[in-house]
Amino acid sequence: MSKDWPLWEVFVRTRGGLDHRHAGSVHAPDAELALRHARDTYTRRMEGVSLWVVKSSDIIASDPAQAGELFAPAETKIYRHPTFYDLPDAVKHM
Amino acid sequence: MYTTELDKNAARQTPPLSMENPDLLAAFEARVANDEFIEPKDWMPEAYRRTLTRQISQHAHSEIVGMLPEGNWLTRAPSLKRKAILLAKVQDEGGHGLYLYCAAETLGTSREEMIDALHSGRAKYSTIFNYPTLNWADIGAIGWLVDGAAIMNQVPLQRTSYGPYARAMIRICKEESFHQRQGYDLLLQMMKGTDAQKAMVQDAMNRWWWPSLMMFGPPDDNSPNSAQSIRWRIKRETNDELRQKFVDATVPQAELLGITVPDPDLKWNEARGHYDFGEINWDEFYAAVRGEGPVAKERMKARRAAWDEGAWVREAADAYEAKQAARRTSAAA
Ligand SMILES: [Fe+2]
Ligand SMILES: [Fe+2]
Repeated sequence: MSKDWPLWEVFVRTRGGLDHRHAGSVHAPDAELALRHARDTYTRRMEGVSLWVVKSSDIIASDPAQAGELFAPAETKIYRHPTFYDLPDAVKHM
Repeated sequence: MYTTELDKNAARQTPPLSMENPDLLAAFEARVANDEFIEPKDWMPEAYRRTLTRQISQHAHSEIVGMLPEGNWLTRAPSLKRKAILLAKVQDEGGHGLYLYCAAETLGTSREEMIDALHSGRAKYSTIFNYPTLNWADIGAIGWLVDGAAIMNQVPLQRTSYGPYARAMIRICKEESFHQRQGYDLLLQMMKGTDAQKAMVQDAMNRWWWPSLMMFGPPDDNSPNSAQSIRWRIKRETNDELRQKFVDATVPQAELLGITVPDPDLKWNEARGHYDFGEINWDEFYAAVRGEGPVAKERMKARRAAWDEGAWVREAADAYEAKQAARRTSAAA
């Protein structure tokens, strides 16, 4: 058994208006220290205006080996893209 | 350095590819050859996993041990400005170690195991950090030469095949340029000073030049694992290629500073379009790998002391969390 502190995934919002994006991870005994470690590790140059931390063990991930099946339904639906529709040149700006 | 196998037992610890499922292996090799990224949960051959774990953890250890020769000068920096800069630089190196430990952990080795391997002397780290920092110009020389060599090594690793490693490298490379520039800036300023200060710069150059060239690892004909590592894109250029690039980039910078490169054989080779340079003392390199560098013992002692003396902080944080957790349970009950 490892005595390491739990692992937390760190998400940083770099500017107002942008999504939080995964930056990396930190070890910390609790959420409050995870936030502090995240600040010191991932925002030393004002890279963020907001931080999220979430315990890595709470993340449910899809299985990369099953990616083919999982994403297959979208593969055949080319009509979901605007380029599928061939409109006459007379129709401008659509 | 970072992509150089420093552990001579590595081959024994790495299971042969013939033991792998041939279909999975072929699919893996095809993905890597196609410049795709491998992510933690993807299938990978055990040899890839172990080689990368060693390489990334060795890289992480180098960042952490690399804090020591510079940290040594924090209280003696000649001005508040230089002190603040050096503190930020050393803190960055700690950050680099953390990014890299996290990347290595995704391969299934815990942080504790890696730290333990370092502190017990089983793990290797870059030989450069086993040299002492004797005068203030050494701090400039480290930024200019050592971080400069690290940049040469790390830039191609931003496209390494293992996703978490590549992403850590991108983050690190963004920060390294400050390290090199502050070092060169420090030396430029000293070269405007007294004769004694200029002599310190030359003295630092004389001691750091050759160890910096050694950072790229043994010559290509003596790096047995290189071919497989290059095929797997966990190394993107050979030791000798990177070393040559470094020499070509650095010699004009030395001229601009007004100092001499301590190599009588150094000269521009018009036909090759590169500098020729003298023979490296590989006995000194292998001695440093074996932990016989001038201050190797001191470095490990300092690392272990930092770990032991920080124990109370970790214990206090654990105790606080345990108390909070108990409060949450009793509030919920
Ligand atoms: Fe670094
Ligand atoms: Fe650096």
